[in-house]
Amino acid sequence: MILRYTLLERAIHWLAALTYMYVLATGLAFYSPHLYWVAGILGGGPTSRYWHPWVALVFVATLVWMLRAWLADMRITDADRAWGRDVKQYVRNEDEDLPPIDRFNLGQKYFFWVMLFAAAVLLATGIAMWFPASLPLALRPFMILLHVSAALITVGAFIIHVYMGTAVVRGGFTSIIRGEVSPAWARTHHRLWYERVTGK
Amino acid sequence: MSGNLRIQAISGHSGAAPGAGTQRGERVAKLIDTTTCIGCKACEVACVEWNDLSFRETVFDNTYQTMPETAWNYWNLIQFREHIQPDGTLQWLMRKDQCMHCAEPGCLMACPADGAIVQYQNGIVDFQQDYCIGCQYCVAGCPFNIPKFNPATKKMFKCTLCTDRVSQGLEPACIKACPTGCLHFGSKEDMTALAESRANQLREQSGYENAGVYDPAGVGGTSVIYVLHDASNPEAYGGLPRNPRIPLSVKLWKGPLKWLGNLAMIGGLLGVTLHYLRFGPKHVPSKETDRP
Repeated sequence: MILRYTLLERAIHWLAALTYMYVLATGLAFYSPHLYWVAGILGGGPTSRYWHPWVALVFVATLVWMLRAWLADMRITDADRAWGRDVKQYVRNEDEDLPPIDRFNLGQKYFFWVMLFAAAVLLATGIAMWFPASLPLALRPFMILLHVSAALITVGAFIIHVYMGTAVVRGGFTSIIRGEVSPAWARTHHRLWYERVTGK
Repeated sequence: MSGNLRIQAISGHSGAAPGAGTQRGERVAKLIDTTTCIGCKACEVACVEWNDLSFRETVFDNTYQTMPETAWNYWNLIQFREHIQPDGTLQWLMRKDQCMHCAEPGCLMACPADGAIVQYQNGIVDFQQDYCIGCQYCVAGCPFNIPKFNPATKKMFKCTLCTDRVSQGLEPACIKACPTGCLHFGSKEDMTALAESRANQLREQSGYENAGVYDPAGVGGTSVIYVLHDASNPEAYGGLPRNPRIPLSVKLWKGPLKWLGNLAMIGGLLGVTLHYLRFGPKHVPSKETDRP
């Protein structure tokens, strides 16, 4: 077995996942009257509103940690670009002839950067929405529009991330829980990484 | 005058407001004639007293104004401005500033909490603190900078147009206290007619050629209307917006963006489901399989 995610990486990933899902659920409650009942399940409207920004700050902190830890792994390389040109094959599960890639594939890297930049927008606009009276009148509603737009982009990315990690790439979900993958899994999905960590 | 309070619109509510439009309600209005206001602030005191608001420190800024803007426990404020007229003479402008009770309220449109803001059929827009979650979206939706946040209770407050008094057939407390008669209260129709005749009088007999009524169409008209000496320059009266409207970003957020977002989210879920049905999971070549 090959160690793919250290205990700390797994812990931070799940902290990010839990905090993201909390701000997603409470955010959706504030997004649509048809989903306002979600706030009721999570302790009521005022409680959801109170914790949403604080939990969001924890989520942002996990992203900062991930940026520091995974920056080198998340840079987009020529190998990724070659893989990206054949992404249709990847979508169709015809993985045999895909160019080899390192620890993360292009989709994972895009997911990382989309979440990071969206979170930066969400953080800036979120702080503005936390203290709206300190903003000029004309800017106040614009902050909400940006916040909701950035949030919707993360929802799209999140759906694909969860789907790929649980349903499509078998072994991926186990790897983010127990940390380990089989050599065959590593060779199939991340050949350059496999060669790098095993020396084969 | 308005009888019991029948609901016209509810914030954050999925579906129509129960009973809306079933009966013809008479819209009420407060008329503020800025040309006969003497800035005595009796209305400020009456508001604090009737609504039983806590004491708030005044803030001196070299004018007669009590504080820079309305507060969560100070809903009614006379805005003082020293205005230099085109001929170089000085004019004191005093405007009673409070919630305008818009026919199309931006606060209500922006509010996500079911029932936290209601609009009654008589035109009064009222905050229901029991349902308020303190998100302050109403602050973003209001073009008049009226809703104010109480950091201790995390609830929003503003002028209620004395809903409690009006529902019992009484005029709002500020109207009751006004000694010059610059404040009037009645049906929107009557108040509009009175305002127009006063503006006409100012134009024809007092030399205020630009005198007019402030009842901004951008928010569907308001249940608080002003007579101004110079209706062509409402900004001079302590920042009364020339053409207030529900902010475009609020309309985009509550309209097209919501549809786009719903489509994208449902489309995303449908998309991955179809992908799984068509292509299924990825397999690691079987001869190499030694799965964890």
